[in-house]
Amino acid sequence: MNATPSSKDFILQVEHLSMKFGGLVAIGDLSFQARRGEITALIGPNGAGKTTVFNCITGFYKPSEGMITLNREDGSTYLLERLPNHEIPARAKVARTFQNIRLFSGMTLLENLLVAQHNKLMKASGYTLLGLFGFPSYRQASAESIELARHWLEKADLVDRADDPAGDLPYGAQRRLEIARAMCTGPELLCLDEPAAGLNPKESASLNELLMGIKSTGTSILLIEHDMSVVMQISDHVVVLEYGRKISDGNPQSVRTDPRVIAAYLGVDDEEVETVLTEVGDEDVIEQLDTGPDSAHGPGNSASMMAGPISDSVEHADEGERVTVSKGASKAAQVDARAAAIASKPVVAPAVASPAAKPAAKKPARAPAKKAAAKASAAKAGGISNRLDAPRGGKADSLIRIKGIGPVNERKLNEHGIFHFDQIAAWKKADIEAAEAYLAFDGRIAREDWIGQAKTLAKEVAAKPATRGGRK
Amino acid sequence: MAVTVSSERDTVATPIQRAFREALYAGAISLGLFVLFIGLRTDQNISNELILVKRWGLLALVVIATAVGRFLYIAYGQPFVASLKVADIDTGLLPDTMAARFFRTPYFIAAVVVAALLFVLAGSLDGLLGPDLAGYARFVRALAIIYAVAWVMYYFRAFIHAHFSALGISALALYPIVVVLALALMTGSMAGGFQGSLKWVDNFGIQILIYVMLAWGLNIVIGLAGLLDLGYVAFYAVGAYAYALLGTHFGLSFWILLPAAGCMAAFWGVMLGFPVLRLRGDYLAIVTLAFGEIIRLVLINWRDVTNGSAGISGIPKVSFFGLMSFNVSDPNYIAKVLNIATSSAYYKIFLYYLILGLCLLTAFVTIRLRRLPVGRAWEALREDEIACRSLGINTTTTKLTAFATGAMFGGFAGSFFAARQGFVSPESFVFLESAIVLAIVVLGGMGSLVGIAVAALVMIGGTEALRELDFLKRVFGPDFTPELYRMLLFGMAMVIVMLWKPRGFVGSREPTAFLKERRAVSSSFTKEGHG
Repeated sequence: MNATPSSKDFILQVEHLSMKFGGLVAIGDLSFQARRGEITALIGPNGAGKTTVFNCITGFYKPSEGMITLNREDGSTYLLERLPNHEIPARAKVARTFQNIRLFSGMTLLENLLVAQHNKLMKASGYTLLGLFGFPSYRQASAESIELARHWLEKADLVDRADDPAGDLPYGAQRRLEIARAMCTGPELLCLDEPAAGLNPKESASLNELLMGIKSTGTSILLIEHDMSVVMQISDHVVVLEYGRKISDGNPQSVRTDPRVIAAYLGVDDEEVETVLTEVGDEDVIEQLDTGPDSAHGPGNSASMMAGPISDSVEHADEGERVTVSKGASKAAQVDARAAAIASKPVVAPAVASPAAKPAAKKPARAPAKKAAAKASAAKAGGISNRLDAPRGGKADSLIRIKGIGPVNERKLNEHGIFHFDQIAAWKKADIEAAEAYLAFDGRIAREDWIGQAKTLAKEVAAKPATRGGRK
Repeated sequence: MAVTVSSERDTVATPIQRAFREALYAGAISLGLFVLFIGLRTDQNISNELILVKRWGLLALVVIATAVGRFLYIAYGQPFVASLKVADIDTGLLPDTMAARFFRTPYFIAAVVVAALLFVLAGSLDGLLGPDLAGYARFVRALAIIYAVAWVMYYFRAFIHAHFSALGISALALYPIVVVLALALMTGSMAGGFQGSLKWVDNFGIQILIYVMLAWGLNIVIGLAGLLDLGYVAFYAVGAYAYALLGTHFGLSFWILLPAAGCMAAFWGVMLGFPVLRLRGDYLAIVTLAFGEIIRLVLINWRDVTNGSAGISGIPKVSFFGLMSFNVSDPNYIAKVLNIATSSAYYKIFLYYLILGLCLLTAFVTIRLRRLPVGRAWEALREDEIACRSLGINTTTTKLTAFATGAMFGGFAGSFFAARQGFVSPESFVFLESAIVLAIVVLGGMGSLVGIAVAALVMIGGTEALRELDFLKRVFGPDFTPELYRMLLFGMAMVIVMLWKPRGFVGSREPTAFLKERRAVSSSFTKEGHG
C-alpha cells in the first residue's frame, strides 16, 4: 500500500479501476479520490458507469483491474476489491443505498434499522447463545440499538411511523429511511445512489438537510446524482464520468464550466460531430484498452465472479451501464480531439490530461504528452524507486517481450514511469510489491521471473541498440 | 312513424327467471361433464369380460341436484347475501350477520339438550332405535356437541382472540386429563377411561403435535428465512434413524439421544445448506427435494446399517427421566412404583406431554430467535438478500443457521417419532410427508406459529376425524369407505382456504420490536422470499 503523506486526508482512493463485462468496458481506468468529511459527487450522463463504480466500491462487483483503498479514521487501510461483499460494511465501514430502493418492506421501520445493526448486536448476543437465555448484557445492547434507531428516525423525520411497515411509506420517506438504515451501520463512508431521484423539490430540500446533517457528524459521503440542484448545493468535490472514463474532476464551479462536461451533457453541434469524428478516426477508445487483455486477469475471469443468479438481481440498472461504445461516441473525447487538432499537428497536445484522450495519445513511442497524465498518477505511485519521467532517448523498450506483461500492463507500467528492461531488472523487493499492488497481482512478478527475463532482455538491448518497433 | 322499443328488453330479469336459466345451463354443463364419468361405467362380469354398466338414474340424480343447487343459489342465496350488505333504512344498522343468525341462544340450548339427552341414552340407543338409526343419532350428537362448542367460541371470540396462546396451551395441557375423565364417566370405570383414551391421545393428540412441531421447525426455514425446502422430511428421518440405531445398538437413553439426534439433523442441515447457498426459488426447491429422496434411498439401500426397507424394530421406549419405565416387565414399571392398575395408556399420555413440551420448546426458541439479531437477519434475508449484504450481514452463515435450526427441530421430532412407534422404516419418510408439512406451513400462514398450529389441527385432525365417519356407510352403501375420500376432501379444503385467505390463516406478521405500539404488519407488505 502506498503510504503517501496525504493518504490520511482521503477516505477513499480509487486507482486505475476498470470493470469489464465480457468485451464491454463499463469503467475504464478510473482514478479519483474522496476527501474525508466531504461530500464527493459522482455525476455523468446515463450509462456512464456510475452505479458500476458503486458496485465495485461496495463489493457487489469484483473489478477487473485496479485498486480501491479505504482509509479508516483509526488508521487502518482496506483494499475494498479484495474484501468479501458483506465485510465491506462490517469492517471497512462503507454503507450504501440503492438506486431502486431496497428496504425490508414487510418489516417495520424500527426493525429495518435494527437489522442494520446486525453485527454489533450479534456480538452483544454472544452469537445468539447469550441472547437466547436472556442475558442482561444483550438486553442492554438491544435497548441501545433501539435508541440509535430512534435517533436516526428522528433525523430522517420518520419517528411517527416507526411501527409501520417500510413498504407502506411514501417514496420520499422510503429514500430517507434507506439512508437512515445505512447510517445505523455506523459507516465512515456513505455511498448514496441517486438519493434525490423521484423526489419533489420539497423532499429534495429536506434530503439536502439530512445529508448536510450526516456530513456534520464526520461521515464522508459519496454521491451519485442527476439532480444538479442537489449536486451543486451540497457537494464539495465533483467527479464527472462519461462512458466509464473520468472527464472532469474538481470543485462544483470548475466542473460546471468545463467544456468537456458541457459537451458530455449537452453534446456538440451536429456539424462539429462529423469533423470531430474524422479527426478521431478509427482509433477507438475501447480498442485501445482492450487489445489482448492479459489472460491471467482478463476481463472474463474477474467479471464472472459475480455471474449467476445473484448478479442478475444486483442491479437491474446495469443493463443501462453496459455500454457498447461506438467509435467516437464520447463527446468529451471529441472535444479533446478537436482541441488537440487545433493545438498542434505533429504530436498530441500537452493539454490532454484525461484518460479519455487515449486515442490521440496512441503512438508507438509514448509521446511526451502522455507524461502529463502519467505523472499525475505516478505521483501517487511512490512505491517504485527507479521511475523515469520519460523513456531514455524518447523510445521505450517493448515491455511485452517479458512473458507475463501484456499490452495493458505495459501501458500501466509506462504510466508509472517504467519504460526499459533495465529498470525492471533493477527492481528491489519493495519495488516488486509496489508494482504488484498496481497491477493487482499477487506474487506473479516473482513467479514468472520478470526480473530475470528483464535482465536478459536488457543485455540484449544493450548489445544491439537497434531500432525496435512498437508492439503492433 | 314512431318506433317503440319493447319494454320487455329493458327490464332486468327477476332473480327467479335468471335462476331458471342458470339452472338449465348448470344442468346442461353437468350433463356434459358427468355423462361419461357417472352415466357409464366399465366393469367385469362373472366370466371376466369387460362390460359397460349404464347408470342413467344416478346421472339424472346428479344433474338434477346440480340444477336445483344452482337454482336455489341464484334465486335465494345471492339475494340473501346481497341483503346482508344493505342497511335498514329506519335504524341505519346492517342486518344481523350470518354468524349471528346461525349462533342464536335458543339453538345453543336446543343443541345442549339434544347432546345431553343422547348422552344419557347412550347405552340404550341401539335397543331403542336399532343399529341404523342409532348411527345417525350418534352423528346428530356429534353435530350438537360441535355446534355447542362453536357457539361458545363465537360468543367469547374477543376473549379467545386476546388470550389465544394461553388458552391454547392450557387446553392442550388439560386435553388428556379431560379425555380420560370424560371416557371414565361414560364407561363408568377408570380403567375404561384409560383404555378409551388411547385413540384420542395417540391418534389425535400425539399425531397432531408431531406435525405441529415439524411445521414449526420448517417454519424457521420457509416462513422466516424464505428458503423453500421440499426435503424437510430428510431431517425427520435423520433424527428417527439416529435414535433408532444408537438406541438399539448401544442402548443409550432417549434423553441423551434426543439432543444427539437434533445435532445430527442440524449437521445434515448444514450439509444440505452448503451446496444450495447460491440457489434460489425453484432451483433450491428442486435440490432440497432431491436431498430428501437421497436420504430415503440411502436408508433403503444401506442394508447393513439400516436394515433396508424392513426397517428397525424394537426401539427402546422412553423412560420417565430414568426414574420409572414403561415396560411392564421392568422392576420399576410405573404401575408397580405408583401402585396403580396396569395400562398402556400411561405411556401414551407421557408421550403426549413429552411432545407437547418439545413443541413448546420449539415455539419458545422460535419466538426468542425472532427477537435476536439472527432471527431478524433471517426475515431480512427473506425480504431482500442484496440489501442484507449491503448492511454487512453474512448471508452464508445466516442461511446455514436457518437450515441448521430448522433441521434440528426436525431431528427432535424424528427421534420422538421413533420412540413413539418403536419401529422406523423408510416408508415413513416419503415426499408426501414433506408436502404435508409444507402445506401446513403455507395454510397456517408463513411465519405465524398460531396459524400453523391451527392448520396442523385442521389438516391432521381433520383427516383423522374422517376415519370416524362410519355412518356414511349407511348412506352410500356398505362398500363406501370414507377414508378413501380423505385426501380428496383435504385437497378441496386447501383450495378453499387458499381462495379465501391466500396468505394462510394468519397472514399478518408480528413485529419483533416496537417504539410505541405493536401493530401487526399486513401480509401485503411481507415477501415470501426467493428461495
